[in-house]
Amino acid sequence: MDFALTQDQRLMQESLVRTLEQASSLERVRRFAGDLKDKGGDVWQALVEFGLAGIVVPEEHGGLGLSMLDAALASEALGAAIAPVPFMGVVLGPIALLRGGSAEQQALWLPKMAAGDVMAAAAISEPIAGARDGAGVTAADGKLSGKALFVPGGMAAGLLIVADTSGGLHLVKGDAAGLTRSLMPGIDETRRLAELGFDGVEAEPLGGGPELLSALRDAGWVLVAADSLGAAQVMLDKAVAYAKERRQFDRVIGSFQAVKHMCAEMAAELEPCRSLVWYAAYAFDAAAQGVSGEASLMAAHAKALTSEVGRFVARTSTEVHGGMGITDLLGLHFWFKRLGLNRQLLGGPERVREIAARMQGLAA
Amino acid sequence: MDLNETPEMAAFRGEVRAFLTVHRDDYAAGAAKDPKTWQQLLIANGYAARTIPREYGGYGARPDILKSRIIAEEFIAAAAPRGIANQGVSMLVPTLLEVGSEDQKTRWIEPTLRGEVVWCQGYSEPGAGSDLANLQTKAVEDGKDFIISGSKIWTSTAQMAQMMFALIRTEPKAAKHEGISYVLIPMDTPGIEVRPLKTMTGGSEFNEVFFTDVRVPQANVVGGRGRGWFVANTTLKHERGMLGDPNATEARLGALIELMKSETVDGQRIIDNPVFSDRLMQLQGRVLAMKFNGLRLLTAQLTKEPAGLAGLIVKLQGCELNHQLAALAIDALGELGVLYTDGPHLRAKGRWQWNYMFDLGLIIGGGTAQIQKNIIAERGLGLPREPKPAAA
Repeated sequence: MDFALTQDQRLMQESLVRTLEQASSLERVRRFAGDLKDKGGDVWQALVEFGLAGIVVPEEHGGLGLSMLDAALASEALGAAIAPVPFMGVVLGPIALLRGGSAEQQALWLPKMAAGDVMAAAAISEPIAGARDGAGVTAADGKLSGKALFVPGGMAAGLLIVADTSGGLHLVKGDAAGLTRSLMPGIDETRRLAELGFDGVEAEPLGGGPELLSALRDAGWVLVAADSLGAAQVMLDKAVAYAKERRQFDRVIGSFQAVKHMCAEMAAELEPCRSLVWYAAYAFDAAAQGVSGEASLMAAHAKALTSEVGRFVARTSTEVHGGMGITDLLGLHFWFKRLGLNRQLLGGPERVREIAARMQGLAA
Repeated sequence: MDLNETPEMAAFRGEVRAFLTVHRDDYAAGAAKDPKTWQQLLIANGYAARTIPREYGGYGARPDILKSRIIAEEFIAAAAPRGIANQGVSMLVPTLLEVGSEDQKTRWIEPTLRGEVVWCQGYSEPGAGSDLANLQTKAVEDGKDFIISGSKIWTSTAQMAQMMFALIRTEPKAAKHEGISYVLIPMDTPGIEVRPLKTMTGGSEFNEVFFTDVRVPQANVVGGRGRGWFVANTTLKHERGMLGDPNATEARLGALIELMKSETVDGQRIIDNPVFSDRLMQLQGRVLAMKFNGLRLLTAQLTKEPAGLAGLIVKLQGCELNHQLAALAIDALGELGVLYTDGPHLRAKGRWQWNYMFDLGLIIGGGTAQIQKNIIAERGLGLPREPKPAAA
């Protein structure tokens, strides 16, 4: 019985936090946010040197060969640093290849991903969050047609994992003919979403069946949940620090119970999320080894609960900061918006809970 | 992270399970057929009073958090009664073990464990709730005795208790927290009057206790005169740990799921209504998060690391979740949910309504939700205490 992080895991996360303090400072994120030509190459390079590009790529393919729990801890640190890095594809790409790819596909792509030369992105929003504006990709004779929306990292990815409307998955090269990309400008300027167009685009099918899409969904949910955990923790920490410093009526405002209780409520809501995210990641790893059947349920609850708590913390922390909270000066809004995107990404909490209910036969 | 059970623990779990199977005829629906005999059986096998030394009537095992947890889990799974878990066992006995005199330990622990002496707790007063140290029930010296006068409130089991452990102001000149003693009071002493306090549930789960010139030997003080506040605080921790236990919350969630699967409206299962299904899923997510928070706490205890915020939030969140589970059950039952006493349409003996009302009392009692938030903010987040008002 050991419900805790290992020493290695703690050190890895602390070390990543320090790397991000240098590579992804608030000033650096501001520049990225204000300039679409800025691709964040230096941030990515620092993370490649850290080993993050190959975090779940097996060692024989040049990666670190770590677990989903490790990836979740990294995602938490990236969320805390509002890092301009599309991390989801960094994890989902290798998982898709390891579980659904041929030996040749693995040998071709995994080392490139681990080296940071090729970034993968997963276009799986439609079969999970539902199709909007007529989106959806169909496959026929090895060619893909249609469009996929809300692809994190989709603008720059050299390799795309694409889900079709029947739940099948395909590998598409970034330079494939007939593939078009356009930016979907949104509130969160720290991560860029793409709309992908497919006009008879050549694709290689991945094996793995419907389980592969479920695994990618679960992994995506865990990573987004961890990102929210990190971002919300920073918003709470900033609120507490501000409440200890800001004076009104000759007192620091953190000595007023009205303010103190807002902080306590944020902590009381957020702290259990940490344990749930850890467990969901652990269950994903256990399921990969054929031990646990509850991984999908835990991933869903981690995603849904961090979405709800993330919204609560984002709004409450902003309020604790008073008028300063809504200014650009503090930059608090970057975390607020990051949490806003995370809530909807791969399904909002209502959608995710509906899926969770169906998994257990607790819905019509 | 490794949640697998070691072979030693798996074997221990097997022992507990075997015990509960062998003695299946001694209990039913969570109650023992003969509570005192059952208690003796549990102590003899180490399933009650497990870590209390043998010389005081316990089983005498070394503390083992994992084994205690396994016992709790298996008893819940078998719907077997845990034996006596009143305030005497859970609060007085640990206090005596920590600070009691040898004479007090020998005299009180064993009969308390065996259920022969029932205790009640005399802490809160009408004017001393959240501000407990403001208590005014006082003792005046008279030779080797104290003469006690005042009153206590929220005293559960006072009407059946033989003894009370109470906080009494014995040092009127000392500062607020330093003038209090922890005193053992026989309930049959002349001058004590117990009045049941009827609550919104319709029952009287609590009492008021009035003291008029009640004579108690000074030798009944535990832990020294004027040390009562510190003596009580060592065991208040135990009480806060019991309120909000995630295992109990998880069991209640299970009952709610069964209710929502079995109840129908217009022939449709409640659980098939998307609004109700979503409300259930929201609570399930929170219950799971608190369950894993509990595992994290358990690990921190095992490795003797500070649990920090994860521990401070348990009472607040656990009691709130219990209340919300009862609220959803009532809503799922709709008009049936307001039925309360015997009748052909009553569900679960009115338990959900009772819980909904009683659990609101638990959100308030044992440190109100607002006091819990102060504790989280001050001890957990390091925010400053509210400044004391300037003297008028």
